Amino acid sequence: MKTYAKFAFLVVAIIGALLWLAVGGISESKTYYKTIDELASMGSSGYGKRVRVTGDVVPGSIKRAGKEVHFTICEKGKDSKLNVVYMGTEPLPDTFRDEAQAMADGKLDPSGVFHASSIAAKCPSKYEAAPTGKPVQQPLNGAPNRAS
Amino acid sequence: MENLGALAILLAFCLSVYAIFGSVIGAWKKRPFLVVSARRAVYGMWAMLTLASGLLVYGLMTADMRLSYVASHVNHAMPTLYKFAAWWGGQEGSLLLWSWLLATYAVIVLVSTRGRFREMMPWVITTLMVTQCFFLILNAFVEPPFKVLAVGKGIVAVEDGRGLNPLLQYWAMAIHPPMLYLGYVGFAVPFAFALGSLITRQPGEAWIHETRRWTLVTWLFQSTGILLGAGWAYAVLGWGGYWGWDPVENASLLPWITATAFLHSVMMQEKKGMMKIWNMVLIAATFFLCIFGTFLTRSGIVSSVHAFGVSAIGKYFVTFIALGLAATIWLILDRLDYLKSEAHLESVVSRESAFLFNNLILLASCFAVLWGTLFPVVTEAVMGEKISVGAPFFNRVNVPIGLFLLFLTGVGPLIAWRRSSVESLKKAFLWPSAGGLLTIALLAALGVHHVYALISFGLCVFVTWTVAQEFWKGAAAISARTKQNMVAAMIELTHRNTRRYGGYLVHMGVVIMFIGFTGAAFNKDTTVEVGIGQSFQLAGYDLKVREIRDGDNPNYAWQHAVVDVTVKGQHVATLEPEKRVYKASRQPTSEVAIRRRLNEDLYLNFASMSQDSPDKAVMQAYVFPLVSWIWIGFWVLFFGTLVCLVPPKTKLAYARTQVVGVVTKHATVEK
Repeated sequence: MKTYAKFAFLVVAIIGALLWLAVGGISESKTYYKTIDELASMGSSGYGKRVRVTGDVVPGSIKRAGKEVHFTICEKGKDSKLNVVYMGTEPLPDTFRDEAQAMADGKLDPSGVFHASSIAAKCPSKYEAAPTGKPVQQPLNGAPNRAS
Repeated sequence: MENLGALAILLAFCLSVYAIFGSVIGAWKKRPFLVVSARRAVYGMWAMLTLASGLLVYGLMTADMRLSYVASHVNHAMPTLYKFAAWWGGQEGSLLLWSWLLATYAVIVLVSTRGRFREMMPWVITTLMVTQCFFLILNAFVEPPFKVLAVGKGIVAVEDGRGLNPLLQYWAMAIHPPMLYLGYVGFAVPFAFALGSLITRQPGEAWIHETRRWTLVTWLFQSTGILLGAGWAYAVLGWGGYWGWDPVENASLLPWITATAFLHSVMMQEKKGMMKIWNMVLIAATFFLCIFGTFLTRSGIVSSVHAFGVSAIGKYFVTFIALGLAATIWLILDRLDYLKSEAHLESVVSRESAFLFNNLILLASCFAVLWGTLFPVVTEAVMGEKISVGAPFFNRVNVPIGLFLLFLTGVGPLIAWRRSSVESLKKAFLWPSAGGLLTIALLAALGVHHVYALISFGLCVFVTWTVAQEFWKGAAAISARTKQNMVAAMIELTHRNTRRYGGYLVHMGVVIMFIGFTGAAFNKDTTVEVGIGQSFQLAGYDLKVREIRDGDNPNYAWQHAVVDVTVKGQHVATLEPEKRVYKASRQPTSEVAIRRRLNEDLYLNFASMSQDSPDKAVMQAYVFPLVSWIWIGFWVLFFGTLVCLVPPKTKLAYARTQVVGVVTKHATVEK
């Protein structure tokens, strides 16, 4: 039985070490998902927390200044807007452009500007979307039309 | 044509249902004719699915714009290869590919096991066909690939389609999904064999030998798929990384981890009759993680850079996984007596123990990745708030795990079964350890102070040394007897025991890949705005933008920068990173330019033209040390796995005799 006790000890030690690493990793990189409105309503408690905000890029708002990229995102059908500055080293995704749905990870500073460390973006029309400017399409064989 | 395709899918569905009932009732009531008819139903189903797939591919190749799937994934100007690849470019098509591959695997299983495993086969067919049936429900009723475009009651064709997502128009991406799917789908076969043996309480390990080969082939496909994905991300996505811990990447990694664990622990079952329950659990986990991976990729449950459409298929997958898991767990619990271990662990310093820790650590990694991937879902359910974790979490847990695994890679194969003496340990590990430590000391003296990087390089030398030592010792023995030269002796050695020495080669591949991974600790980058004729510097490279050209072709418009690269005044290369805008989808993409060398890659991305001064270009330059070794390591791993699949020249009797004493002792206790 002594062998099994040794095993148990080693297993517990390994799992313990990994748990410790995992907890550290979670607290270092946990990111809250917030809408623009939610972020605004958090007030000062929102400063300095890692947050992921999603919104549509306001057309014409993308400005590059040296390494910084400034843009504004808004939520569909709402007035709230958020100014974002991106200063990361990774190039912006190709899908990032006017009206794209952008997902910005970063922190809000007290002046109300969101400092993003990474940006992900989806095309304005989804990958699965139908061709635009074409006749209204309805599948014939009764399947629900997911394409629009 | 679309009607024929839809009909073929429906018929395939009916045949799969028939095959399930035919095999179950045939096996239960002992009606061999029913079982035979079920087998034929499987062939028929395969033919139907081949017909449906053929029709879809024909539609794509001929750009039949009446079909909704074709219109949204193909445009006329697209190269033929990508028209074909559009088969798996979207939801409906890739689910059809899943079904077709599973059917193909099922047919291969039936043909290759003809006349064997008579008792077990009906249940193998049942398991495969239940899975098949599930996917055919999706193909036939939820995501039909043969929808047509219509206005009112008339079928219409659009003039041109949207084209395949431009990011997917890259050679590696054209074969990455089918490779990954070959992996995903293939794991259904070992699972089916496992369930079959469990249901019929197969004596012996014959089914294990049968499935090991399958698992190995499938594992190879999965590895290839993952690596192609990494290579694609590196060369196409433009951020210079090959792995970002994205949910979809994680989904492909999870079953790979459990399959790797299975490939190791199955040796324990073959050689010592141990860990039988554990192996069952691993096979089942691998299979369900494959389904789960497809679910994750296809349902949009976790937000991912892979911008697949959110769809309604999620609930079908959840139901299938829940029912399947429940049935599997019940079967395992009900047949625990059949899975009784035949031997015990005897020492912490033994081969068994190395396998055990290998498994423990792989599973820990798998769990960490799964947990991190599902963290937003879990926190939303528990705390009502979505919280995600990023790359730092995954790296923090998985880097030490990776290093520990690397260590075991060196230790495991050399340590003795049952228990090792201090003497034998010294003999096996003295020089490799010295080599490893010396490497660390040398690199530290040269100014490398990254702790993980130092450990990693040290371990790489350690493992390489142990593997080389094994080959050398074996070959020297053969060469002394047969007077062959060492190279011939090594080939002879490998041929005699392909599993063992092929395995060493796979380990070497992993070591080489680790060298490449470790290079990431020394990455450098810069982002600059430069005008034509100006230059900038990064890590000893002098980069000068000579000119910026633009042009146009039917598929896309392009603009590219011509950049001269000089090192210490010597012109070494001209790189031409490019920006494209695809016409059909109106999507811009970047084509990075990479100067690949063994020591480091110079990676150049033409981000855009500057908005403030329109004659300046925004350039991003990166230096990635050692990245090429990842791809080299993969080829070694690939070759090693192929070697493992070659039948050995000398049939080895499994060293079961070693533990006879323990088995009998164990057996008498039971009486």
